[in-house]
Amino acid sequence: MYTLFLCWRYLRTRWIALASVVSVMLGVATMIVVNGVMEGFTREMQGRIHGILSDVVFEANNLEGFPDAAGHMRRIEELAGPYIAGMTPTVALPGQLAIEVDGEWQTRHVSFIGVDTTTYGEVSDFNRYLRHPQSRKHLDFTLHEGGYDLVEGEPDALKNSGWPHRRQKAAAGARRSAVAKPFAVANDEQPLPDEVVVRDGYRYRRVREAPQPAPGVAAMRNPFEPLNIAPQFDPSKDTRTGVVLGLGLARVTSADGKKFLVLPGDDVKVTVPTATVPPKPSSDTFTVVDLYESGMSEYDANFIFMPLAKLQEMRGMIDRQSGIANVTAIQIKLHNDEDGEHVRNLLREAFPGGYYSVHTWRDKQGPLLAAVGMQTAILNILLGMIILVAGFGIFASFCMIVAEKRRDIGILKSLGASSAGVMSIFLSYGLSLGLVGAGAGMLIGLLFIANIQSIADLIARLTGQEVFDPTIYYFQEIPTVVEPLTVMVIVTVAIAIAVKASVIPALMASFLKPVEALRNE
Amino acid sequence: MSDMRPLVEPRRRGGAGPGTSGNTGLPHLVPAPVGKRDDSAHIAAVRLTKSYRKAGLEIPVLRGVDLEVRRGEFLSIIGQSGSGKSTLLHLLGLLDAPDSGEVQLGGQRIDNLPMRNRDWIRNQELGMIFQFYHLLPELTALENVLSPLLISEGIFSYFRNRRRHVQRATELLEQVGLGHRLKHRPSEMSGGEMQRAAIARALAARPQVLLADEPTGNLDSETGREILRILRTLNDQQDVTIIMVTHDRAIAAEADRTVRLARGSMEVA
Repeated sequence: MYTLFLCWRYLRTRWIALASVVSVMLGVATMIVVNGVMEGFTREMQGRIHGILSDVVFEANNLEGFPDAAGHMRRIEELAGPYIAGMTPTVALPGQLAIEVDGEWQTRHVSFIGVDTTTYGEVSDFNRYLRHPQSRKHLDFTLHEGGYDLVEGEPDALKNSGWPHRRQKAAAGARRSAVAKPFAVANDEQPLPDEVVVRDGYRYRRVREAPQPAPGVAAMRNPFEPLNIAPQFDPSKDTRTGVVLGLGLARVTSADGKKFLVLPGDDVKVTVPTATVPPKPSSDTFTVVDLYESGMSEYDANFIFMPLAKLQEMRGMIDRQSGIANVTAIQIKLHNDEDGEHVRNLLREAFPGGYYSVHTWRDKQGPLLAAVGMQTAILNILLGMIILVAGFGIFASFCMIVAEKRRDIGILKSLGASSAGVMSIFLSYGLSLGLVGAGAGMLIGLLFIANIQSIADLIARLTGQEVFDPTIYYFQEIPTVVEPLTVMVIVTVAIAIAVKASVIPALMASFLKPVEALRNE
Repeated sequence: MSDMRPLVEPRRRGGAGPGTSGNTGLPHLVPAPVGKRDDSAHIAAVRLTKSYRKAGLEIPVLRGVDLEVRRGEFLSIIGQSGSGKSTLLHLLGLLDAPDSGEVQLGGQRIDNLPMRNRDWIRNQELGMIFQFYHLLPELTALENVLSPLLISEGIFSYFRNRRRHVQRATELLEQVGLGHRLKHRPSEMSGGEMQRAAIARALAARPQVLLADEPTGNLDSETGREILRILRTLNDQQDVTIIMVTHDRAIAAEADRTVRLARGSMEVA
């Protein structure tokens, strides 16, 4: 009983000893904050990397891809069926995108991803990043009647983009052309027959056999008048094939705020190389139907999504005789993401390495994730050392306390206290200090994490230096994740160090002979 | 101070009262009959020797000390500084182990008992008073008096008996005239008050032997006499065996019997 009582009393009356646990407290707090931020960062990054990539990507090394996606998917299903939740074929292709900014065409180097609208949403989280609520439910590459979600700081223009924007723009264009060109001639706004998208909810229609004029009539047709063969394309009522652009392309952030270069409803021009050798450019006009933001700038500024069949067709990947189209990759979603490496290895064994390569999404961004993991490990080692140093601080101050308490130890022993009892006073004292230090550290750390954004803002305001620049990291806020297990391990280790640091002083105290402790006053 | 109430209630002998050694598995160390001034030796030293090693030299302090103290006797040991009287008291109080010889309590050798049992005897059978009071500075007077009781009790039994213990400690402090100082720390008390609190602490576990090491050595003569009167009353009224070490003949004269320790052995004063 007296051990606890005295321990409690020492704790309450000897504040100087508490000073020695301040370092434990700070160490624990820093460790919790660092782990929280690093974990948050990692999770956020992983979420974003994973967001667009499926769990496992099975792709051809050749840009031509491989034919018969269905056959490949059957084979994959045979090999790793039990793990697989869904698959979807995709085509990835580098190309050029031209967007009209302030009446001028700007060209960008981008990658086009052709996706299967029915299955892609089941395999990847891509739909989650779209701006229109309906697209998020199901992406069908059709233009919406306004209602796009805004992110803070964005101009309202996005909200009412889509059809209203398109109609407005078409009206303005019609007025302009009416003024400038009273005699309308063929221009880009006149579609080729097979490009027309009719606004009937159907996502797009490839009208391969456009209404043909009677033979003979065609031969005599005026070459300058192919305009009325297809149904009349009216930009205020019809759209081209839909594409989804990343925000990295569509939006610019400057000192004045965020500004959209392209809005849903605008038309853009796409050029991809054909599959012939040597490749020739194949161009077409598309309508932007939605925007996405995965948060990975590498993706958002580079990837443009469009319907699979359209890209295959532009590229010329469809075999003329069989009608079988090539794909460049099959995206595989697993029931359990943990099985990724196993599935990858299964597929790598079965498919020849020269033609195919198989990656998990982690492999794709391996270096980035490894770097984050490495930083976390190094920081933990350093901070663990801080706590260790704090342990030596406790050790030193405990030795001082035992030396100072020599006489009291003698008194206790003369009153009948056992050596074990005296030892446990100091051990439980060490434990209590550890508990106080680690507990306070935990509290501070968790509070810090909870208010990390306001703290960062405060520091930014005081120093004029942005602590966490969202434009660099692509995060609106500092991401944090508090992993209860991590916190528990940190706190336990800190307490253990405090107890261990008090073992030797406690032993010194217990070995003290009462007569020596009481002699020489 | 003849009107002083008894500090220690007459011990219920033979019964399993609180604080007896009945629940420790120890033999009954104090099986003595009731009554003052019986002739059996209560605590005894038999040919005790003790020497200290200093800078490689063996310095003998006690060279075969024989001492018998009867139950209920008030003995004072005088001797010059360095004569070994404190060492003798420490050996009797089991704070140190003799090089040879025996310490007996109630006719039984106690200096070679296992550590646990010696701790128990120190706690239950012996009360110690020091020249420098040796109160624990972090504790109040009341808590200091409670400390022997705290040491003997586990957590749960302490809380079960807490009220009784606090009542006893309060009574003891009231009896030494410190009823108004219960919540005071040693640093807020005078020397005499501290020594009185130390006496109350020594009596808390109802020991039958009180070992006092220069109890007045640090007090002015008036306060010292007051402390002596308390000891005297204890001895008179509750037949507590007292061994007091002092270097002052006048103080020693208060005791029933005085022995002199000189050059490591006993002489009759």
